[in-house]
Amino acid sequence: MRASRNGNIWQNVDWITIGIFLVLTIFGWLNIYGASYTFDQTSIFDFSNRAGKQFTWIIGSLILGGILLLIDYRTYDTLTYFAYGAMLLLLLATPFLAHDIKGSLSWISLGPVNLQPAEFAKCIVALTIAKYMGRYDYKLRTWRDLIVPFALIGVPALIIMVMQKETGSALVFAAFLLVFYRQGMSGYVLWMGVAAVALFIISIRFGAMPLPLGTGSVGILTCMLLLTAVEIYFICKEHPMRWQALILQGSVAVIYGISLIVNIWIPVPFDWVSMGVVVALVLYNVFVSLYWRKYMLLLVAAFTVFCIGYTHACDFVFQKVLQPHQRIRIEVLLGMKEDPAGAGYNVNQARIAIGSGRFFGKGYLNGTQTKLQFVPEQDTDFIFCTVGEEWGFVGSIGVLLVYLFFILRLIFIAERQRNTTTQIYAYSVASIFLFHLTINVGMVLGLLPVIGIPLPFFSYGGSSLWGFTMLLFILLRLDAARMEQLN
Amino acid sequence: MINDKYYRRRFVISGIAIGVVLVYIIRLFYLQIIDQSTKDQADNNALVKQTIYPSRGLIYDRNGELLVFNQPIYEITMVMRDMGKEWDTTAFCKSLQINRAEFDERIADIKDKRKNRGYSRWTPQVFMSQLKKEDIAVLQEELFLFPGIQIRKRTLRDYTYKAAAHVLGSVGEVNQNDLDRDAYYARGDYSGRDGLEKTYEQQLRGEKGVEVLMRDARGRIQGSYHDGELDRTAVAGTDLHTTLDIQLQMLAEELLEGKIGSAVAIEPATGEILALASNPAWNPKVLVGKERSKNYTALLQDPTKPLMNRATQATYPPGSTFKTIQALVCLEQGGITPNTLYPCSGPQSTPIKCTHHHGSPVALDRAIEQSCNPYFWCAFRDLLQKDGYGKDNEDFRHRYELWRNDVMSFGLGQRFTDTDLNEQSSGSIPSTKLFDKAYGKTGWKAITIRSLSIGQGEILATPLQLANQAAAIANEGYYISPHLNKNDSMRIHRHDLPIRKRHFEVVKDGMHRVMVYGTGRHYAIDSLNMAGKTGTAQNPHGKDHAIFIGFAPVENPKIAVAVVVENAGFGATWACPVATMMMEQYLTGEVKRRDLRKRIGSAVLNESVKKW
Repeated sequence: MRASRNGNIWQNVDWITIGIFLVLTIFGWLNIYGASYTFDQTSIFDFSNRAGKQFTWIIGSLILGGILLLIDYRTYDTLTYFAYGAMLLLLLATPFLAHDIKGSLSWISLGPVNLQPAEFAKCIVALTIAKYMGRYDYKLRTWRDLIVPFALIGVPALIIMVMQKETGSALVFAAFLLVFYRQGMSGYVLWMGVAAVALFIISIRFGAMPLPLGTGSVGILTCMLLLTAVEIYFICKEHPMRWQALILQGSVAVIYGISLIVNIWIPVPFDWVSMGVVVALVLYNVFVSLYWRKYMLLLVAAFTVFCIGYTHACDFVFQKVLQPHQRIRIEVLLGMKEDPAGAGYNVNQARIAIGSGRFFGKGYLNGTQTKLQFVPEQDTDFIFCTVGEEWGFVGSIGVLLVYLFFILRLIFIAERQRNTTTQIYAYSVASIFLFHLTINVGMVLGLLPVIGIPLPFFSYGGSSLWGFTMLLFILLRLDAARMEQLN
Repeated sequence: MINDKYYRRRFVISGIAIGVVLVYIIRLFYLQIIDQSTKDQADNNALVKQTIYPSRGLIYDRNGELLVFNQPIYEITMVMRDMGKEWDTTAFCKSLQINRAEFDERIADIKDKRKNRGYSRWTPQVFMSQLKKEDIAVLQEELFLFPGIQIRKRTLRDYTYKAAAHVLGSVGEVNQNDLDRDAYYARGDYSGRDGLEKTYEQQLRGEKGVEVLMRDARGRIQGSYHDGELDRTAVAGTDLHTTLDIQLQMLAEELLEGKIGSAVAIEPATGEILALASNPAWNPKVLVGKERSKNYTALLQDPTKPLMNRATQATYPPGSTFKTIQALVCLEQGGITPNTLYPCSGPQSTPIKCTHHHGSPVALDRAIEQSCNPYFWCAFRDLLQKDGYGKDNEDFRHRYELWRNDVMSFGLGQRFTDTDLNEQSSGSIPSTKLFDKAYGKTGWKAITIRSLSIGQGEILATPLQLANQAAAIANEGYYISPHLNKNDSMRIHRHDLPIRKRHFEVVKDGMHRVMVYGTGRHYAIDSLNMAGKTGTAQNPHGKDHAIFIGFAPVENPKIAVAVVVENAGFGATWACPVATMMMEQYLTGEVKRRDLRKRIGSAVLNESVKKW
């Protein structure tokens, strides 16, 4: 029995995933050729252009993948913590060894090639998280159990963001939230993340917008109304006496109604009215929770207070903490600034390139926008434009569906693991790919702010390709050994 | 795994992935299927349509002599980015014979985004334009020394002869009006502004071609789009063969030098205009190229109004030349017969005195010959009073209306609408309304409008109309609208006069007698069998205008002429010799009367007439 399980790695490896990997990589390579194609270009194998260079990276990644499959699966487990330590040292050292490339201090020169250690960090962090959370004695029960995992992802993320000034690469670590969720972290954390983003957008987008009636701003009023709704929802849910809840809702409505009527003669500061309502509700919550000993409501009250603080903090973060270029990207995305020549240029050109592809696309190497270099970074972060322009709607959704299949396949692989460590690692891999896909394509489609992270296997670049190859092939190696692994 | 209570969360995570992809597919559907704006934006980004200018049609005279052709002009463009450090500005300036300050000023203009909105360091910018071949000759040889510099060719009009400026017209840059009216034009295009260039703009301009090129994000041209699939070659304009006889035209202009006036010659059988001269005129070359606007302004400000085409736009009282029409209408309408006699008391005649001395009474042929004013007054009066005045002047006014209709049938008092002459005045044959207004319906009689009988008063005609009138008489009853395009079959524009053919005999005979015994006899050439009528038109602007109409030969007229010399005095003295020399030139191919030609041509009657 052991003999059959411990069979040849080439028999046990998940060839479907390797197939998708090859499809994506080769299609990506063709598109890099299309994106960097100029009129005096000769061959896709010409090493002076990016497609030719990418070809060598692809060959390299295949060799790397092969080696990773041939290594004994236990080696990864053994080396994980050492690798994590070494990675931290390397990340710390990088800013001092790096050349400044477009404001980023994340690239190390190794002879003819530049390497970006941050790309490899994802893989090592994933292994480390998996190893830590996969221990027998680890159970995710309370918040305290998440402190170490958060630290494990937080430290490298901070180094990358603060010291290397690579916000995009650092944000990728947020993908691990999905992994934690799968392992038992409360779903509210994800919801809070969504709510935080929504609140942020509302207070930034509408923060400075004056109300059409009364005084105050649309942003604050909207946030307050949302909070009022949350408060009333929880009060109604937990309230022992429903009619009191109804009175509560009614009085809130009456307060707003009176303010509206008064507003006809005297401009009402609606900000303060809603603030007062929210504070009153919070106090009522506190009272009820203490009186009826429903301590859950205390948490809700605390959450509301936090949200009020957060709403006001958003503006501060936006104005003072974010870099000017990041601020402008968000403003352009939210339609607060039109800047087609400056910060909005990329996004606008990307929209034109993709849109002009129409249903069937302009045909391979026939894309005028990408070929004539209207879209900056079109062979790296904006490679999806080339797909959109030259392969059209058909090609674009084709690529998206292949990615979706790829991610679902990874989740499938994750779920068939009997070893928790491998399962966590597999979810990490799936989450990282999903995060990259979401952020990159969302940015190119103008749905998300411009955050410079690559589209896996498509974007030009050796470090990212090798980083993703490592991530994937270590998973494949572990998956191939799933029968041998002890549960 | 066993006992995994979070087992279901795999579906949530899968759901997130599916949701994200779904949202992105919807977004792609919007961008690529619904939103139509991106296609144009992409084309605007990447495609440059470079116009290929067709060569404009040439213009010939009736004998195939080339009148107007195209000359190449050059413009110098520079691509700023390609001008390296070792670029020798001093040598460049020297080769173009400009100084450093001019160079710097032009560069500053190019770089000024307000003046030059399309500025880019990567694309060719116009440095100097409208240069002659000799201006760029030196640079062309040294071009290799100046990277980034290009010499581009366009064309301008050029002229073989310094004549016929009014007729030919000129070509200039299109204005906003043209751009709005005709989508064919783009800013900076040229089109015919006046004269034949304007009338035949559609034919002459040809069709622009286009070359669709691709440019990259920096504006650099990267070759043709779709292998030139969308390119269109330019179609050259069609040549225009005019009816002008350039030798005759030049003679007319020569004879009018130093005078204000005009001369028109028409081939009666076809209505083809042989010459259409107006003085003062200008050398057509001055309205070409970079000097155009400066010279145009100067012409506009010249007090003698050279831009006005007097041959078609100036109106004069026809004076005694009108007696030919008067005679024909009176004969036709039964006011007189060829045998009708009227007495003439010479200068003592009333109400209009006769300026000539001849026997009395006179018949029509002699009356024309001697330009007898009393005869035509009597004939006019008798025609108008033929039915009496009637109640409320009705019958008289009706007679006048009939008379007016027949007069206007000669092409007087209205523009020629079925012709290719752009600038025309209508002249005037006063209507009953006009007189009703001035005198009341019953307040005017034949005596009130007596000046009309001898072509004075409210009658006004252009030299073109006078020439056409001569042609109509020569043709004995019809004319074809005067026109300038030889290829155009204008025979359909035949206008028949309501006057019977037999009436023309006596009038033509009278006009022939003018050239044998009468006022035209001094300058007639007997062998050419000329017919004519002189006129001396009184006018409020000073000395009388000298007028002459005529045709030759009488039996088979080949040329009809009208000449007006403003404020020159007697028609016989100034207009007649010009006309007869033109007939001589056209019928014999040369002017044998060299002394006369020299005398008339060099006579300066108006000091302020400038030669342009």
